[in-house]
Amino acid sequence: MTFPLFTPDQDPGPSFLGLLERLGMAPPEFTGTLEADGITHGTTVLAIRTVDGVVMAGDRRAISGNFISHHSMEKVFPADRHSGIAIAGAAGPAMEMVRLFQLNLEHYEKVEGSPLSLEGKANQLSQMVRSNLSSALQGLGVVPLFAGWDERLEQGRLFQYDITGGRYEERRYATGGSGSLHSSTVIKLRHTPDLDFSTAVDIAVEALFEAADEDSATGGPDPVRGIYPVIATIGRDGFERMANEDVVARTTALLERLGDRSD
Amino acid sequence: MNMPLYVSPEQVMKDRADYARKGIARGRAAVASTYADGVLLCAENPSNTLRKVSEIYDRIGFMGVGKYNEFDQLRIAGVRHADLKGYSFSREDVDARWLANQYAQILGQYFTHEMKPLEVELLVAEMSPEVGDDRLFHLLYDGTVMDTTSHVVIGGEAEAIGARLDESWSAGLQLREAVQVAVGALAGSDRELVPDDLEVAVLARDGERRSFRRIEGDDLGGLLG
Repeated sequence: MTFPLFTPDQDPGPSFLGLLERLGMAPPEFTGTLEADGITHGTTVLAIRTVDGVVMAGDRRAISGNFISHHSMEKVFPADRHSGIAIAGAAGPAMEMVRLFQLNLEHYEKVEGSPLSLEGKANQLSQMVRSNLSSALQGLGVVPLFAGWDERLEQGRLFQYDITGGRYEERRYATGGSGSLHSSTVIKLRHTPDLDFSTAVDIAVEALFEAADEDSATGGPDPVRGIYPVIATIGRDGFERMANEDVVARTTALLERLGDRSD
Repeated sequence: MNMPLYVSPEQVMKDRADYARKGIARGRAAVASTYADGVLLCAENPSNTLRKVSEIYDRIGFMGVGKYNEFDQLRIAGVRHADLKGYSFSREDVDARWLANQYAQILGQYFTHEMKPLEVELLVAEMSPEVGDDRLFHLLYDGTVMDTTSHVVIGGEAEAIGARLDESWSAGLQLREAVQVAVGALAGSDRELVPDDLEVAVLARDGERRSFRRIEGDDLGGLLG
């Protein structure tokens, strides 16, 4: 590995992706065709905007065709101290996108001495999704949700993407993946403008539960293996992943509230 | 026929070393020292934007004195190198010794082969999760590397400041004492440095992945007061 010193006209600037490209280390573009059933897919993720910031959540199932390939996949990650990313879609490219996105934000912050604005981070992700388009057309699409605390506007903000890199800011909530229809119905019915973190977390748990109830690709709470959804809050104090015991307690409370559905 | 001008290699090297030393001596000094909970990086720097102290990686910090554009270019190359290595292998494979060796190669290359040597002196610090294993790598303009586990002064008047630091520094200081010792050594007996004259950061042994923290404004005032 050579030491990356550049002349001013060759300098890739503060972007880590630009650096990889300049050194010929950028991941090669995918060409050819793939059997869709053989690819691991991550499924349902959601984000809810509240007065305290944004709640992000994701189920834990990954599927290949009609097989469950992983029971405990994680789909919600910190992007940096004050933002988070949740992914649905082809798991391999999605994990690589998360890793590169995290690195890109940290690299920019260290080279420039100050972090990117939230808007800048959202645009960076948009370009990354866009550059994945040729893979997406082969069935390797990745659709992330991005949320963060905007220190300038003093509020949580939330962005949704499509596979072409289209970026859409949402005022209330966003969902992604195969269970998005069912989970978004739950959130839609219960969302109010004055939501706080605690209520939004309960809504997230319920939305994922109902999605798992209707969609075979979404995993529900699994007390046998001790696997529960990943939930994170992103507020003024930054990204914080909720402890598993808290998620268990809220899931138990939800099941009690729902009562007996046997008839 | 004109006789080619002959200059002995000793003279060339001496001239270059003098040139580099002069450039470095014009700048203000910086001090790095280990303390109970990590590594302290403390530079005299009246500018709030042109940094001398910065973050390279999770447990690696950087200080440069001398010509700003030259050490800043080396700093950015260090960040790039560390991030590339962490991306290609794993985060724990990135270490300060490798980086210090790379810097030494570049500085040595400039010193012997380029028109003018780089007028910089660098410090690469690595905080270790184990107490007592922190490392400070001190790099000179000609590529000389030295490593220590206690304290280093780089920049102008390094000898006088180093002598003051030798007297007051001891292993296992708390952060407040460590800052006061470093700032006292930088200032000397006849002047006082206020937070605006200083740039202070630590590589804190507190379990967080990124250990680099700047200490600024009131926080720094509180430690000095």
